[in-house]
Amino acid sequence: MFPLTEENKCVAWLLLSTGTCPRCIFRFCGVDFQAPYKLPYKELLNELQKFLETEKDTLILEVPNPPLKKIRLQESEDGTDNQSKNGEGRVSAIEDGSIASKHCNLNVCNVCLGILQEFCEKEFIKKVCQKVEASGFEFTNLVFSVSFPPQLSVREHAAWLLVKQEMGKQSLSLGRNDIVQLKEAYKWITHPLFTEELGVPIDGKSLFEVSVVFAHPETVEDCHFLGTICPDCFKPAKNKQSVFTRMAVMKALNKIKEEDFLKQFPCPPNSPKAVCTVLEIECAHGAVFVAGRYNKYSRNLPQTPWIIDGERKLESSVEELISDHLLTVFKAESFNFSSSGREDVDVRTLGNGRPFAIELVNPHRVHFTSQEIKELQQKINNSSDKIQVRDLQLVTREAIGHMKEGEEEKTKTYSALIWINKAIQKEDIAFLNAIKDLKIDQKTPLRVLHRRPLAVRTRVIHTMETHYVDEHHFRLHLKTQAGTYIKEFVHGDFGRTKPNIGSLMNVTADILELDVESVDVDWPPALDD
Amino acid sequence: MATELATAELSAPTAPSLVDRYFTRWYKADVKGKPCEDHCILQHSNRICVITLAGSHPVLQSGKTIKSISYQISTNCSRLQNKVSGKFKRGAQFLTELAPLCKIYCSDGEEYTISSCVRGRLMEVNENILHKPSILQEKPSTEGYIAVVLPKFEESKSITEGLLTQKQYEEVVVKRIPAAAATS
Repeated sequence: MFPLTEENKCVAWLLLSTGTCPRCIFRFCGVDFQAPYKLPYKELLNELQKFLETEKDTLILEVPNPPLKKIRLQESEDGTDNQSKNGEGRVSAIEDGSIASKHCNLNVCNVCLGILQEFCEKEFIKKVCQKVEASGFEFTNLVFSVSFPPQLSVREHAAWLLVKQEMGKQSLSLGRNDIVQLKEAYKWITHPLFTEELGVPIDGKSLFEVSVVFAHPETVEDCHFLGTICPDCFKPAKNKQSVFTRMAVMKALNKIKEEDFLKQFPCPPNSPKAVCTVLEIECAHGAVFVAGRYNKYSRNLPQTPWIIDGERKLESSVEELISDHLLTVFKAESFNFSSSGREDVDVRTLGNGRPFAIELVNPHRVHFTSQEIKELQQKINNSSDKIQVRDLQLVTREAIGHMKEGEEEKTKTYSALIWINKAIQKEDIAFLNAIKDLKIDQKTPLRVLHRRPLAVRTRVIHTMETHYVDEHHFRLHLKTQAGTYIKEFVHGDFGRTKPNIGSLMNVTADILELDVESVDVDWPPALDD
Repeated sequence: MATELATAELSAPTAPSLVDRYFTRWYKADVKGKPCEDHCILQHSNRICVITLAGSHPVLQSGKTIKSISYQISTNCSRLQNKVSGKFKRGAQFLTELAPLCKIYCSDGEEYTISSCVRGRLMEVNENILHKPSILQEKPSTEGYIAVVLPKFEESKSITEGLLTQKQYEEVVVKRIPAAAATS
């Protein structure tokens, strides 16, 4: 059961005597199966001490250069009542089990700074789980992420060099991948504890993330010497508080020569006074997406909030009328609205409506039956007569691409009420009905030129159908390529769209009302009521 | 009082025109000290300015015929060379209030220079009036525009400070009539 073998003895002895915890010793001895790590700390320590004690005579014989170790041992045992004269402090302490365990429990590991000590104990995981449960998220699995202080990598590197040297004396080699990563061991121990506590599996693909951030203020300066040796690894970044990020430290450690490192950093690393501190325990849920189609029945309602110079022009918007309800029901933090094109504030969207999708950021509730979604749609529709929603459904992030793809190729149909300055008869507009696939050249309309590039775009008016109203008015139904500016096609935009209704009829034309009759995009799938 | 006027306008039987709906009219009278050479600047609510001739400009008076229009404002600068690219309209010619935009040559031998009247970057000039100068006279405030200028964002309010409002402009024009009558 005990995972260490004879050949690990020297390394285990060396590490234990310099203040390294049993689980880190396992890692550096390459113990790559999980069970031993999960044993209680006290038990591990006892077993390890027993293992080293049983053959202490051979051990001492095998250990080269014992005087150095004796000195170190005496230092680390400082303050404990250690009577041993021959320098075998740790082993003699075993003779009084209670003292040994008490003493070693207090000893903070010089490599993991407590991560594989009290921070993987049930008590700490319970504390994290209490936070998770208090956060009020709905989840069926979770991904657990931990962030360790960057100086842990420096200490890990020092310990690795130490063990490598030691093994070199026995003509053994130690590659970087021969040791078990701290994070890996931490997961082996903590994941079953989470599952036990919360009753859900750990899943790397879960949208629900529990993250714990550790810091160790006492040893922050461990990294600083790397800054002078590898200055090019530590470039200040805008949103980073310190240049000593974990990635930058890892990069520098890969570059630095062993002898330079050993000159600058104590090897073995010195023993810290305290364990890590927990900077934060946070829960977050990945975004979920809702799609549907909306109708807009108002000519005083913008699609998105209309704010100029910090002042609101109109009190509501399509996205708010829909999203406010979703935010409440999904208990989300915020939302992002997107749609297949957009209409002007004074344009209505009729027919089957315009496809839209809403990203709900950090939702606390995510599981809904289709009945519940239907009720949500009803709630939105009951709350306003300015908009209506249909085909409301949960969708994946990937599916939203369907809405945006082919935005240009798709067709749209419109209905426009047109005014002309000259008196007309029915016959005067009939010729428009016969025009098919009319190519028009549109310069970027003046009304959007301030925020879009100036260009001439060719668009196609597939069909037109006229309905005479009176001497100065007629209704025009159009089917056009998506991306056509309809208002400009009617009034000509100072002659910048050519041809236009005015130029075709040789009159001055203006557009009084415009409705979108259909947006011909077949996503999201239609639902029956 | 002002609100009453506004509502009266809204309920007027004829709907407001495209220019009325989206643009504010600003005027500059006697540009560069030349009598009656009035310009009209249409400013869109998005700050874009369309430079046009005011109705009182000599070119628009009856009997005038335009012979030609030229955007070549000096030997090595033509407004036709203006090119803008991208969302931020890089490469635009910068115009001061006094920058000339084009010259209009009339058949009676008179020649008129049209100025920008607002500081900003030149977006485009109206090439349609080169091929068909008559649209300048037929539709001076829409299809017969001279140029489009984009003022700096931070100057979008201040560029119109030295210009006349519609009312002030009308007053200026009314005052001219007795003066013109007295001299004749």
